Amino acid sequence: MAPAAAPSRLQQALRDAAFAGLVTAALSFPMLAIRVESDMNNRLVLEERWPLMFAAIAFIASARFLASMLDDWRARAGAVAGVWSMLLGAGLAWFTTGAQAALAPWFLGGGALLLAAALLLFRASPQEAEPASGAAPAAASAGRFVTLAGFVALGVVVAYPLVLLGWLGPQGSLKWINNYGVQILIYVMLGWGLNIVVGLAGLLDLGYVAFYAVGAYAYALLATTFGLSFWICLPLAGILAAFWGILLGFPVLRLRGDYLALVTLAFGEIITIVLTNWVELTNGESGISSIPRVTFFGIPFTAAPDGFAATFGIAFSPIHRTIFLFYLILVLALITNVVTIRLRRLPIGRAWEALREDEIACRSLGVNTTNTKLTAFALGAMFGGLAGAFFAVRQGFINPNSFTFMESATILAIVVLGGMGSQLGVALAAVVMIGGTEILRELDFLKAVFGADFDPSQYRMLIFGFAMVAMMVWKPRGLISTREPSIFLKERRAVAGALVKEGRG
Amino acid sequence: MSRWLTDPILAVEHLSMRFGGLVAVNDVSFCVGRGDITALIGPNGAGKTTVFNCITGFYKPTQGRLAFAREGRADAAEVRALTNTGKRHARLPSGDIYLLERMPDHEIAAKARVARTFQNIRLFGGMTALENLVVAQHNALMRASGWSLLGLIGAPSWRRAEASAIEKARAWLARIGLEERADDPAAALPYGDQRRLEIARAMCSEPALLCLDEPAAGLNPRESAQLGDLLRLIRDEHATSILIIEHDMSVVMKISDHVVVLDYGALISDGTPDFVRNDPHVIAAYLGVSDAAEAEQVVAEISGEARP
Amino acid sequence: METFLQQLINGVTLGSIYGLIAIGYTMVFGIIGMVNFAHGDVFMVSTFIALIAFLALTTLLGIPSIFLALLLVMIIAMVMTSVWSWAIERIAYRPLRGSFRLAPLISAIGMSIFLMNFVQVAQGPRNKPLPPMLNEVIYLMGEPGAANAVTIAWRQIIIIAATAILLAIFWYVVQKTSLGRAQRAVEQDRKMAALLGVDVDRTVSITFVIGAMLAAVAGTLYLLQYGVVRFDDGFIPGVKAFTAAVLGGIGSIPGAVLGGLLIGLIEVMWAAYVSSDYKNVAAFSVLVVVLIFMPSGLLGRPEVEKV
Repeated sequence: MAPAAAPSRLQQALRDAAFAGLVTAALSFPMLAIRVESDMNNRLVLEERWPLMFAAIAFIASARFLASMLDDWRARAGAVAGVWSMLLGAGLAWFTTGAQAALAPWFLGGGALLLAAALLLFRASPQEAEPASGAAPAAASAGRFVTLAGFVALGVVVAYPLVLLGWLGPQGSLKWINNYGVQILIYVMLGWGLNIVVGLAGLLDLGYVAFYAVGAYAYALLATTFGLSFWICLPLAGILAAFWGILLGFPVLRLRGDYLALVTLAFGEIITIVLTNWVELTNGESGISSIPRVTFFGIPFTAAPDGFAATFGIAFSPIHRTIFLFYLILVLALITNVVTIRLRRLPIGRAWEALREDEIACRSLGVNTTNTKLTAFALGAMFGGLAGAFFAVRQGFINPNSFTFMESATILAIVVLGGMGSQLGVALAAVVMIGGTEILRELDFLKAVFGADFDPSQYRMLIFGFAMVAMMVWKPRGLISTREPSIFLKERRAVAGALVKEGRG
Repeated sequence: MSRWLTDPILAVEHLSMRFGGLVAVNDVSFCVGRGDITALIGPNGAGKTTVFNCITGFYKPTQGRLAFAREGRADAAEVRALTNTGKRHARLPSGDIYLLERMPDHEIAAKARVARTFQNIRLFGGMTALENLVVAQHNALMRASGWSLLGLIGAPSWRRAEASAIEKARAWLARIGLEERADDPAAALPYGDQRRLEIARAMCSEPALLCLDEPAAGLNPRESAQLGDLLRLIRDEHATSILIIEHDMSVVMKISDHVVVLDYGALISDGTPDFVRNDPHVIAAYLGVSDAAEAEQVVAEISGEARP
Repeated sequence: METFLQQLINGVTLGSIYGLIAIGYTMVFGIIGMVNFAHGDVFMVSTFIALIAFLALTTLLGIPSIFLALLLVMIIAMVMTSVWSWAIERIAYRPLRGSFRLAPLISAIGMSIFLMNFVQVAQGPRNKPLPPMLNEVIYLMGEPGAANAVTIAWRQIIIIAATAILLAIFWYVVQKTSLGRAQRAVEQDRKMAALLGVDVDRTVSITFVIGAMLAAVAGTLYLLQYGVVRFDDGFIPGVKAFTAAVLGGIGSIPGAVLGGLLIGLIEVMWAAYVSSDYKNVAAFSVLVVVLIFMPSGLLGRPEVEKV
């Protein structure tokens, strides 16, 4: 940066910051600064909270100012974090007393340090050159890296519950295996299932949760009404969901793009409404409870003499069931993955991808596009149904609230963020999105900063939504956007993401 | 003797296509000879691509019959009998007959074996050149993979079929000089290579009739010449007839056996390149003169100046 | 017969609100080809802004005339909601313009989740009920108190009249001004419009702002009609309004209004004659049926497949 340009840059940054502050003021003036509350007589009254508005302005304007002043992203991130920490410290010192106020110097000091470090370390450093997009050698090594990383990740996942069990014991590890292990793996499987539809065939499905619901209710109803075991119901749930996929898919698959998305969205909503209102079958909002729990191939996970613990001569612990569920969903997810990877190298898989690239060219080569789309749709639905049956057996209770549009949106976000078509990318995205929101449950320590009535959990979905936007702006093509060719003559070279089409269907 | 009259592979009869009030093709009849390179020419907006889209099933013609005799000469009475049954296809002693106007696009490609390329190249850009050529063998490979079941378990018969499909693709890549770039994405290839790759892709589906929509558009003279060689090679070494839309007259006159000329959706000339070249109607159409008598006058003036 | 007439009036009232929201969807889809998933939540934000403005004007400033208050509330809501919509486009959509097709859709869904939860955190999760306003009714048929009376409430008259007036103004802007011309140019060919000197960014921003203004009018009228707002009130009206836009033919502004009225009528009639539990199914079924059998909608231009 030439010295002569520096003052104008400062001016520009100040102008940017002032504008951002102004917009923030306009956005937060009614929504943040004034809150509508019901009083004792149940009448609405206005409660003024001006400090919140000024805090929002200060945070946003300072961040905009720093972003305009600094070029290096590390300097930006560090400086913004530092300044925000100092602002928070100032706020604590000003508005609070006691233990909260005592934290203020830490925030002020730490923030100042962070700001100084960011400015000193990164400001002077030369801008790193952006890696050229689509460079063949880089893409090729990335392809090998992806395969290797996949195997390493698989090893880590297989060892995960046992390592935790050994480290934290049955009590301590339960939460980690269940909330982080099983929960994430369900979404990995759903993501992989939807990836067939969206990532490979390029068909935008916003109602994927419908098949998840079909699978869950299929197991719940078959098990509670006819007493069928989980191992019989699991394939039935998959078949039923695939059948629904064909049934719903047949009329709609000639639609394109956003229209297909909306029809699938409508189907998803219709199924939820029917599940809520068809009380005779589904018990409506109250849902289906006491769904038979999973057994170890017939041996129940109970403390009874014929239970799992007694049979294998170990002390009873509820963790056994959780660990079994973990490996069960891992196997189901891996089946989804292996089937998808194999199908990609078969004519049907190549036809899916060709369909995503150019449907008209496909038709000119004699590909029956309706059947090709239907297989993708049905297969995706089948894996969704299997995951649904697993969900029902894990929860033991289901109701329509588990199958809202939010779920479809989350799964689609995982697929898109993962990089459409990339199996490892989808798994990574599931870990980031689901693991991330689970971690947001662990923010109780923030009560020390913001006071005892601060409830971090209500910010969970707020941050989730914002993260979706931020990740799309940061990486519109997802975490792993390169495409692995399904066959090769001499050497397998990954195709740069910019060349891969996203499909119109 | 003109082969398109004695042994036509495709007979276009009274083809009309209307879009709302617009008549894009009006009562056009012509034949495509077996083993010929037939050129469909005409000024911009003459309805050439619409005829193509009707033949390949992307449009349903408003009127007309497209009788496609894949293997042998079709008897007029047999075609009429097939038309009256309401069916799409008949197996006759002389070979299969298809009524293309009754078939959806993918069946025309898969069953009747009519392949095509597009004016604005439609390759699978994010897939490699090799993958493009393998997708073109989709239907044969689907059968070989037992509708994916044999493929999923990796049956030996499937592995052999896959290997021979790759070998066929490799041979075509070698023929168009792209073997070295087999593993590059199609969208990364230069324009001229993409044109040839699209033709090779169509050929990989083993067509009886290959329809090429302006294959020389945007090519430089060297690439145009390569294209002409490729088309002659296809005609000579494969049992494939070629129907081609082309603006580049040097290409058309050099390679084609038969030329059909459209103007404003109607047929104005049909014959050998020499015949068409000297047809006053054609010259009038290209010069933008409305009346044939006036055109003859223009032609006389031109030839008078050219050959004093 | 009386029930039918009564439901007709109720349906047109509801349909006016859907139509106003639907214009925002149809314009944005027309100009940048994306489904602005967050538009329903922008509408929801506008109902809160209107609620706050209404309470501030009546209780704090003590404006006696409810009509004047409503007019001011509507103007405040339009201005404030515009800022929201502008900021959303600037932050979540503009960086993604011209990139991957699904990225803006995911971004919009994320924005929708963000807005819903932002309002939940900032304004609390509970219903915000206002005492009913302008409840006095005019008897069109039958005696007061009779079971078969057909009535129209003052607020319904205001809703229908306000919708009609605003649509007229809006129609003038889109058809007759250079802004409308720029919009149509960008809709046809964004690159060419830019080459010819149309400021595409500005035109798109203004489209979002206009859509938000109409959504804010809808929000004010919604508050007037139902008197209760909640943080998750955006999703279902949003989807129904989008259905209306599709039914009318996406990209067509008269179509959006027509579609809105039809969806309002279908929903009200379905609830009255069939089952109120399944009234949302009616709207979604219409969406499915229209898309399958009439993808270009009632007034939309049919899409010709380019080969």
